[in-house]
Amino acid sequence: MDPAFVEAFKFAISNFFSTMLSTEVEIADPSVSSSFESVFDVSGIIGLSGDVQGSVVVSFPTSTAEAVVTKFAGMPMSQDDDDFTDAIGEVTNMIAGGAKSNFPDTSVSISCPSVVVGHGHKVFRRHDLPVIEFACTCDCGAFAVQVTLKKETAEGSGNPTAQAA
Amino acid sequence: MKILLIDDSRTMRNIQKNVLQQIGIQEVTEAVDGEDGMKQYLSSQPTLILCDWNMPNVDGITFVQRLRAAGHKTPVIMVTTEAEKAKVVEAIKAGVNGYVVKPFTPDLLKTRIDEVMSKAA
Ligand SMILES: [Mg+2]
Repeated sequence: MDPAFVEAFKFAISNFFSTMLSTEVEIADPSVSSSFESVFDVSGIIGLSGDVQGSVVVSFPTSTAEAVVTKFAGMPMSQDDDDFTDAIGEVTNMIAGGAKSNFPDTSVSISCPSVVVGHGHKVFRRHDLPVIEFACTCDCGAFAVQVTLKKETAEGSGNPTAQAA
Repeated sequence: MKILLIDDSRTMRNIQKNVLQQIGIQEVTEAVDGEDGMKQYLSSQPTLILCDWNMPNVDGITFVQRLRAAGHKTPVIMVTTEAEKAKVVEAIKAGVNGYVVKPFTPDLLKTRIDEVMSKAA
């Protein structure tokens, strides 16, 4: 992945957690995977279109997701709350939107977020691109940001489809 | 002061409502997209509008364009993840009066509201 894109994602992840949650995040150097497994229980998904096509998936174990949205919303929130998926969607929106706003010299639009809840779910993405994973840790727990990008206006959508296991 | 708060995320509306309460604003009408926003605008006649950009159905920029095309001059602050210069310029051209990039601190939102309202006064 273009180093400028890597930096844009690292900035967006840190900026979201420091500004909205007053929390520092440790972000590992990105690893490349061709696996389509989404490793955690709750995933927020956003599609990118325009000069860059692809998808951003922010995936959490349930306990981390609950801790994150509780801090974000400023009130206790569990997986059973009506606003749980809404909050995860908005976390994903701020990370994907923050990152794409810092892509150099591109015009990129983001979709409205989708959220998938279910242990063992998988996210299938376009098969011709690797999945770049940023493993993250903060005081809410571990989580991952998985990115699939293609920089050009080619045919075909990068939007993934999700399937519960 | 009466505020119209347009954002498709209820969590974001609650976060912004908390900030508004901190500065003594209790009268807040909520809308979930630009179409709902226009309906709520006409019935609530707010003094200030806080408007998200990325929303399903009718997005925030389309809402602002329609609002201004209809001759309504109520100040609008865009509250959005869209931070590129081109997007900010597009919003200003559409008639937006202030801009807050998500994620934001409560202080930034308060400052922007103060700025926009003192210019409008
Ligand atoms: Mg939105």
